Amino acid sequence: MKFALASSPHQRVNRDTGQIMRMVCYAALPGIAMQCWFFGMGVLVHLLIASATAVATEALILELRKKDFERAVKDCSALLTALLIAVSIPPFAPWWITVIGTVFAIGVVKQLYGGLGFNLFNPAMAAYVMLLVSFPVQMTAWLPPQSLAEQSHNLMDAISIIFSGFTTEGYSISQLRVDVDGVTLATPLDAVKTGLTQGKTVSETLGLSIFNGATGIGWFAVNAAFLLGGLFLLQQRVISWHMPISMLAGLALTASFFYLLDSDQYSSPWFHLFSGGAMLGAFFIVTDPVSGSTTRNGRLIFGAAIGIWVYIIRQWGGYPDAIAFAVLIMNMAVPLIDYYTQPRTYGHRSNSSNKGARR
Amino acid sequence: MHNEYRELSWQGLWKNNAALVQLLGLCPLLAVTSTTINGLGLGLATTLVLIGSNTTVSLVRNLVPNEIRIPIFVMVIAGFVTITQLLMNAFTYDLYLALGIFIPLIVTNCAIIGRAEAYASKNPVHYAAFDGLMMGLGFTSVLVLLGALREVLGYGTLLAGADRLFGDWASVLTVSVYHADSAFLLAILPPGAFLGMGLLIALKNALDNRIEKMFAQQQPEKTVTRARVTTESN
Repeated sequence: MKFALASSPHQRVNRDTGQIMRMVCYAALPGIAMQCWFFGMGVLVHLLIASATAVATEALILELRKKDFERAVKDCSALLTALLIAVSIPPFAPWWITVIGTVFAIGVVKQLYGGLGFNLFNPAMAAYVMLLVSFPVQMTAWLPPQSLAEQSHNLMDAISIIFSGFTTEGYSISQLRVDVDGVTLATPLDAVKTGLTQGKTVSETLGLSIFNGATGIGWFAVNAAFLLGGLFLLQQRVISWHMPISMLAGLALTASFFYLLDSDQYSSPWFHLFSGGAMLGAFFIVTDPVSGSTTRNGRLIFGAAIGIWVYIIRQWGGYPDAIAFAVLIMNMAVPLIDYYTQPRTYGHRSNSSNKGARR
Repeated sequence: MHNEYRELSWQGLWKNNAALVQLLGLCPLLAVTSTTINGLGLGLATTLVLIGSNTTVSLVRNLVPNEIRIPIFVMVIAGFVTITQLLMNAFTYDLYLALGIFIPLIVTNCAIIGRAEAYASKNPVHYAAFDGLMMGLGFTSVLVLLGALREVLGYGTLLAGADRLFGDWASVLTVSVYHADSAFLLAILPPGAFLGMGLLIALKNALDNRIEKMFAQQQPEKTVTRARVTTESN
């Protein structure tokens, strides 16, 4: 019989930062593929622009700070930020949107705070909010699924419209957004919100051509693909289950409560879980190890609060989707959450009277 | 005597700048600097109040009982703010409308009460007045710089609305730097003010560090040679 004696720490998985970041990037591939299938190739072009900008910005600023930029670039955290920005912005947004957003994310939100591990806010989401506040027109110009649009578009069109504003055949983004009847198509979350302000019930809005029963065409598939990637990450133990599951639970439970109150005014939890960036947010954004909570209970609170915020802002806020706002709000609360959820040190009593008071 | 003036200028404009170092009066600083002219207008108004209040406080410094000095200082400042407000209402009415509530709010600007308490109430009147002028100019320069930064980024212009401050002839001063189809809204919105302010403070600290380093290089490093007083041990 052999007793292997090992000293602490008893960490069994030997992955470095780069491997984890790369695995998260790979897990996002199905979602990106679905985005390409339904909304055109723009996301690939933006992915290239964002990656190049992110790596260049990171290298430049680390060089200015006289740090070893080769190591920092190799850990792929900048690439992951670039990927999250590229999938969050509308696929046919102009190229400078991505460039400004990525420079802001890496330069201001990440490096000015001290680089990877020191940033208070999720860089990709802070950049997304900055872009959404600064350029509302470009940042809300989402395309309808290709099957519904009057004009079809391919990779060349995507490149052309991102850099010049027009496709190879001379169509602008507003022309690409109309369906065969000449009506500009909105995203599902937008459509439900606008429908409610016009006095329509949710079920009436769901009868529109962009919906397929209970969720939006395309958006369901994109979210399902991100869910698949997220489950892969869970299975590989790259991320822990606490934050994504509590976030989805927070969103679903809040949505269920209001849906049961009045299903005409409030859309179903199923619709909320598979619309906008819900799954992307739950598995790829909320799980950021740097800007999120670090304790076990803290992660549950952090995730659940994000889910509830997402519902509140989607339902009563000014913007159709809310992942970025919710994540930033809760990033601010992380020090407080961590302070009150410090785990008991082994050997200490569980309910000491000065809980959390002493460090 | 000459040195005191130089010291006051250096302190007010750079070393102890009300906005960049003391971080006083941030509320009007961040709220009105969406354009250069708004910043300049508020800066000049603040400077006028600072000179007036510093002079008056210094004149009455030996009459004011120590226990109630703060209310008296505030009354003096409020008086000068009212004068400034009425002057702006009379002569630069458009700018008066543009700055709105932030003109009466100069009363609450901590930089002014701070100078009254920290300097004017302890020093003779000519120094106090000069200190008010320099502190005000330091504050104004930051307002103008931040306003210019935000105006160029947000609107692509510089000195837009100069006629509101200087009269009709000044509308030729407006420079259109570039024309963007979509304005960079962030620069005009409050977050842009905070970001711009942070960058300005960082720039000042970086400059300070560099100057200090250059200064240190000019002076040969003082080497301390230690005389060995004990015999070599072990």
